[in-house]
Amino acid sequence: MASRAVALIPALLALIIVALTLGSAAVTAVWGGGGGLGPADWAALRFTLLQAALSAAVSALLAVPLARALVRRRFAGRGLLLRLMAAPFLLPVVVAVLGLLAVFGRSGPVNSLLAVLGLPALSVFGLHGVVLAHVFLNLPLVTRMLVHGWQAIPAERFRLAQALGMGPGPQFRHLELPMLRATLPGAAALVFLLCLTSFAVALTLGGGPKASTVELAIYQALRFDFLPGKAATLAAVQFALCATVTLAAMRLARVEGFGAGLGREVEMPAPGGWRRGVDALMIVLAAGFLLAPLLAVVWRGAPGVVALPPSVGWAAARSLVVAVLSAVLAAVAALVLMQARVAGRRWAELAAMLPLAASGLVMGTGLFLLVQPVAPVERLALPVTMLVNATLALPYLFRLLLPEALRLEADYARLAESLSLRGAARLRLLVLPRLARPLGFGTGLAAALSMGDLGVIALFAGERGVTLPLLVQRLTGAYRMEAAASAALLLVGLSFALFWLFDRWGARHAAA
Amino acid sequence: MLRLEHLDLRQDDFRLQADLTVPVGARVAVIGPSGAGKSTLLMAVAGFFAPVAGRVLWAGQDLAGRAPGDRPLSILFQDQNLFPHLTLAQNLGLGLRADLRLDAGQRARVEEALQRVGLAGMGARKPAQLSGGQIGRAALARALLRERPLLLLDEPFAALGPALKAEMLDLVAELADGATVLMVTHDPADARRFADQTILVADGIAHAPRPTAELFADPPPALRAYLGI
Repeated sequence: MASRAVALIPALLALIIVALTLGSAAVTAVWGGGGGLGPADWAALRFTLLQAALSAAVSALLAVPLARALVRRRFAGRGLLLRLMAAPFLLPVVVAVLGLLAVFGRSGPVNSLLAVLGLPALSVFGLHGVVLAHVFLNLPLVTRMLVHGWQAIPAERFRLAQALGMGPGPQFRHLELPMLRATLPGAAALVFLLCLTSFAVALTLGGGPKASTVELAIYQALRFDFLPGKAATLAAVQFALCATVTLAAMRLARVEGFGAGLGREVEMPAPGGWRRGVDALMIVLAAGFLLAPLLAVVWRGAPGVVALPPSVGWAAARSLVVAVLSAVLAAVAALVLMQARVAGRRWAELAAMLPLAASGLVMGTGLFLLVQPVAPVERLALPVTMLVNATLALPYLFRLLLPEALRLEADYARLAESLSLRGAARLRLLVLPRLARPLGFGTGLAAALSMGDLGVIALFAGERGVTLPLLVQRLTGAYRMEAAASAALLLVGLSFALFWLFDRWGARHAAA
Repeated sequence: MLRLEHLDLRQDDFRLQADLTVPVGARVAVIGPSGAGKSTLLMAVAGFFAPVAGRVLWAGQDLAGRAPGDRPLSILFQDQNLFPHLTLAQNLGLGLRADLRLDAGQRARVEEALQRVGLAGMGARKPAQLSGGQIGRAALARALLRERPLLLLDEPFAALGPALKAEMLDLVAELADGATVLMVTHDPADARRFADQTILVADGIAHAPRPTAELFADPPPALRAYLGI
């Protein structure tokens, strides 16, 4: 009986996820029954696709040489830089945009330099700005995914390649290209999806008829124009768009069948000559591109941090609780569904990836329309935010865990079976130690994303009970810029601390 | 005794039939050209490969439907016999309790098993810190702890040098202690050194075991072809 009940857990979990994502999509479809799309809506759709495609392509193209340089070079600060690679993705988007504005804005250092050189000024608004921000936020993510991919190539393979006298070219073709073919399309597809649903970037750097995304249109319809019907129609469109892209993206992800190494460090040969110069240039440029906006935020926000009002402290506490709970919830859900998928149930993967198809705003719109008639929405702001954030983080966690889990299964399932290593003991002794690294990384990611999330909460929150990102936004809206920058800095610090703690937990418990 | 009753193994174009009996306590080599199905035969006995027809019986009991870990056997694979993230003591402990909640007596048995295979005091090491021979010894020690009456060896020592391999085979013989051993090999010297009987796997058939010396003294055509004589 007990084991049968346990076997039902993944199915139950899948049902909840389906209800949350498809259910809210259904609600929006019912609400949005009337009215087709106007020309402005079609323009928003086109712009959404264009910026997402450009952002994904640029991020993926730059990430390959950068990740390889980071894997094969050893230099002072390498560990720090690798950790910083997680930073811009974890950076609350509102804060990232603040930093980019400071560096690339009209009076920023980049445009000052261009003016000195007699070149025309660069605009950080519109398509340029949106793509710039998306590359800033996603290049490090793709780079880290690729670094993980390189680390997963057994050291024995590199030794074999060297023993066979392979130069960098053949080694790339035979060892690295298969890994890239397995990793890169999935990574690029993920960036494409992220950019389809990136609401805060479009809100701050886009806007207007030429640079409006579907999500931005939803938000405006719901919060400013008070047109729930129109919001629902747009949400249904956004859902259909994301669902289509998700289905296409899932076909791109494959698992490469590398044999098991003994888990030693990567020993990739580091060729000299011009390759050394290119690697160095990639590392320096990337470090500058990623660090400058962060430093700008610190510069502006640091003076006021000591004098933050208590309301900021309460908002921070609320955000921390929501972030940790939603991250742990997402991690547990990802593990449960991953075990089911590894056991051959493909629907588990479908359920885990389903939330990619529903953006936070779409889910939020659906829940908003459901809750509004029966209860004051602001009372449910925090639980809803936690639930939605956990659901949104699930696909990342699952995506990070699945390749490792499948490889684990391919390499050690027979041995585990032959020793009757099953159930809880298998989880504790085999799965968790072997997956600790991606699990820690993924849970940290989920916590930091939830910490900095400004989507659902913006739809639900009332005057009180706000989270820290929302408070930052409201302080900004009230032109209390110094307080906003300082609160932003606190938000950044807490997000990074959360990520760092989880990632470190994973690295410490990772099986050596 | 181990009985393979009208066993029929198929996968795509591959087919292997076996109808044979291995007496209790026998040490049997399974020899034949690569791709003939030596490993597949062992996997079928171990429960990793389901036959399309026929039965695998141990002491008269059909093993069908029994999970690999619940069968009366231990198996050593070609590689990946140890979990790389667990210490040697933990890897061995899995042979006693899969959840590794060992009492003091069981921990003492693990240490004793390490000692018997010449790895005394190495319980805290990880597999990456061991040589190939030591990994083989550790895997054997775990099989020893499991105390199953049937031991399957799927060329676990193939990567070792001749002297080391001979040493490992002698260790198996010493530790087997009445257990029935089936050992896949492609090396006639292994069969001669270790096995009193030999199963020839060739041309889609696993032949009944014959005394090793007798088989090699007068090899059938399939074995001649394999040996190149």
